[in-house]
Amino acid sequence: MSDSAPAHDHHDHRPTGWRRWVYSTNHKDIGTMYLVLAMVAAIIGSGASMAIRAELHQPGIQFFTDHQFYNVLVTAHGFIMVFFVVMPALIGGFGNWFIPLMIGTPDMAFPRMNNISFWLTAAGLILLIFAGLVDGGAGTGWTMYPPLSSADYHPGMAVDFGILALHLAGAASILGAINFITTIVNMRAHGMTFHRMPLFIWAMLLTAVLLLLAIPVLAGALTMMLTDRNFGTAFFSPAGGGDPILWQHLFWFFGHPEVYIMIIPAFGIVSEIVSTFSKKPIFGYLGMAYAMSAIGVVGFVVWAHHMYTAGFNVETRAYFTLATMVIAVPTGVKIFSWLATMWGGSIKFDTPMLYAMGFIFLFVVGGVTGVTLSNAGADMAFHDTYFVVAHFHYVLSISAVFAMYAGFYYWLGKMSGKRYPEWLGRLQFWVTFIGVNLLFFPQHFAGMAGMPRRIPDYPDAFAGWNMISSWGAYVSALGGILFFFMLYKTLASKETVEGNQWGSGATTLEWTVASPAPFHTHEETPTVKPEQKH
Amino acid sequence: MPKSRLFNLGFATKLNSKIVYSITFFISMLAGSVNAAEPKPWQMNFQPAATPVMEKITDFHNLLLIVEVAIVLLVLVLMVIIVVKFNVKTNPEPSKTTHHTALEVIWTIVPIVILMVFAVPSMKLLFFMDKAQNPEMTLKITGNQWYWSYQYPDHGGFSFDSNLIPEDELKAGQRRLLEVDNQVVLPVNTEIRLLMTSEDVLHNWAIPSFGVKMDTVPGRINETWVKVTKPGVYYGQCSELCGINHGFMPIAVKVVSKEAFKKWTVKAKKEFAQSDDIPVNVVQLNPITSANHR
Repeated sequence: MSDSAPAHDHHDHRPTGWRRWVYSTNHKDIGTMYLVLAMVAAIIGSGASMAIRAELHQPGIQFFTDHQFYNVLVTAHGFIMVFFVVMPALIGGFGNWFIPLMIGTPDMAFPRMNNISFWLTAAGLILLIFAGLVDGGAGTGWTMYPPLSSADYHPGMAVDFGILALHLAGAASILGAINFITTIVNMRAHGMTFHRMPLFIWAMLLTAVLLLLAIPVLAGALTMMLTDRNFGTAFFSPAGGGDPILWQHLFWFFGHPEVYIMIIPAFGIVSEIVSTFSKKPIFGYLGMAYAMSAIGVVGFVVWAHHMYTAGFNVETRAYFTLATMVIAVPTGVKIFSWLATMWGGSIKFDTPMLYAMGFIFLFVVGGVTGVTLSNAGADMAFHDTYFVVAHFHYVLSISAVFAMYAGFYYWLGKMSGKRYPEWLGRLQFWVTFIGVNLLFFPQHFAGMAGMPRRIPDYPDAFAGWNMISSWGAYVSALGGILFFFMLYKTLASKETVEGNQWGSGATTLEWTVASPAPFHTHEETPTVKPEQKH
Repeated sequence: MPKSRLFNLGFATKLNSKIVYSITFFISMLAGSVNAAEPKPWQMNFQPAATPVMEKITDFHNLLLIVEVAIVLLVLVLMVIIVVKFNVKTNPEPSKTTHHTALEVIWTIVPIVILMVFAVPSMKLLFFMDKAQNPEMTLKITGNQWYWSYQYPDHGGFSFDSNLIPEDELKAGQRRLLEVDNQVVLPVNTEIRLLMTSEDVLHNWAIPSFGVKMDTVPGRINETWVKVTKPGVYYGQCSELCGINHGFMPIAVKVVSKEAFKKWTVKAKKEFAQSDDIPVNVVQLNPITSANHR
């Protein structure tokens, strides 16, 4: 595929101006566009969450006398964060940038498909914003449970816009997944067998497989909802012989793998960073790779733990309890392997490593509450309370976002060629760390006391923890502002970095090329020596 | 109950809860007073259990909590050791170890054992809470946008609606967003079957101190049960997003002695005589589904 370049390639075809971006088939430019899209969406999505926390700062209605608008904010926050922040950043952004660089190939297998994949995602974001703005907005929650999302209870076009937005984002993800799988399976450097791929590449491969299997189910369910709403079918309407629970099965059959789609790339990034900064190869590499695979496989047979209160028979709930608990085992393997990688290391606690360690610890916190919630019996007390909100924000808003920050600091030098100010990175880490914990830890207490999710106003007894949580949100937002300030300082600075800015621990192939990575890299396929780091 | 209290930070028993309250006002929330059936300010734990199911949930959660806190602390301690011992200054030469089969087997097996320890009480709890063994009566619950309807099929089939009391109509001492105009009345120490459905969208009938939380689904009837062991008023809220006023359809259950309940049914039968039919939605968003119910 990628033999020595023909002579005329020395003066590359390198488009300039808007054509460089809009028509881009370059994995680095497309990766950059995904990262920018994720940042734009993050500003919108965090804006929604700030509005939510400001509303919940104290009992009573502060701003949103129209409760539908509150529900719209909750819905938009969930959709944007899942489909247009975490996925574009971790998969589209870092995946596009670093899969070719790390496996030693010039570009993705299907560069034009890569382009359409990005622009479908961007179009999806625009449609999703419409879904929040037209006809009172879609106030269904990101789970879009019918009958609330049916034409009877959301008669306007808002939910239709939401469906189409997800269709576009889903199509983009399927195309991206095909591209990733093809690239990783066929275009690796000489000597890079599957068992010598960096763990980030393992993570991206597994994520792509999960996407390829899960998204079509979502697409099918969305299409059924679209025809229910517009063409008189009754898949989810009991009046026509359908069943609203069917939607829940289809949605969560996609939805549970989706949460692993968001966290497995984070596992990959954290593995690279922990290994680099400990100056040690990953401990138990094969265990790590197959733990991720196991999480991916088991992730497909646990979906109904999101539906423990839907009214299943007890045997079904027993099965899903036991199956869900199993996930804790490979997850534990990963946690302990990271700790063992650091053990005996010679660690420099730069910002990426701080975020990686923050990830490991807080993922454990979110993980153990996951074990609590896996029990269908105990879940009767937790289901749809703020305890669940705390749990999934610990594993997503904290862990996945920490991995995004970690990856960004880790690779910013490679992407921009500039050195970020270390003091500012560390300050940004600590502000964010304190903020998110203040924000989400008290929600465990509010949930145990019984506070339901998705309510714009709450009984006065919940005021205390909600106030602390809101203050935590403002501190986290300050962390976000500091991030953009750091980004500005970095891009405006004159201090450049060498090809390998992290030293002897950074052994993956992206550190063998210059920083910033040239427009075309790995024009000759590199060879990986057997002893080189996994 | 005393057994479950053991774990609530140990010392916060009923006897000394007043002293504790004066020292740290939120820790006393863990012990709770006997008739408490509502959330308290700065509460960090479950509401006190009022049914055998919730007692078992509380006990089971105490087991989970201790093991999980221990796991988090273990990881924290290991990370502190790593930060102190294995930083670039104290350990300039990194080790080359990348495999240790015994260690890897241990950290796979130990979590499996811990999960099996969790699974046994988890399954016991799950099967215990599933259905009433010998239900003495049935309460039928119907979710509506945005109020609850209750029907007593074993006591003449009378039914009534239960609406939120708006903030400006609250009397002194009443709880904002939790009080309703018609409380559900149930007898104490009685095994009661709860049947639930919905008139429109999904709702969820949940009372934290009962350990009950069940979706009401149009076209389906879900079943669960309660046996309340102490008289009192118990509060809950709708726990499934159901539209604009999702946060404003609370649940209040008044549990009284069996005699008082009998008297109340006689009175209620007259009071709610007109409405023995399933109440029809005030706002008929869907004429097709409403017509089917008549």
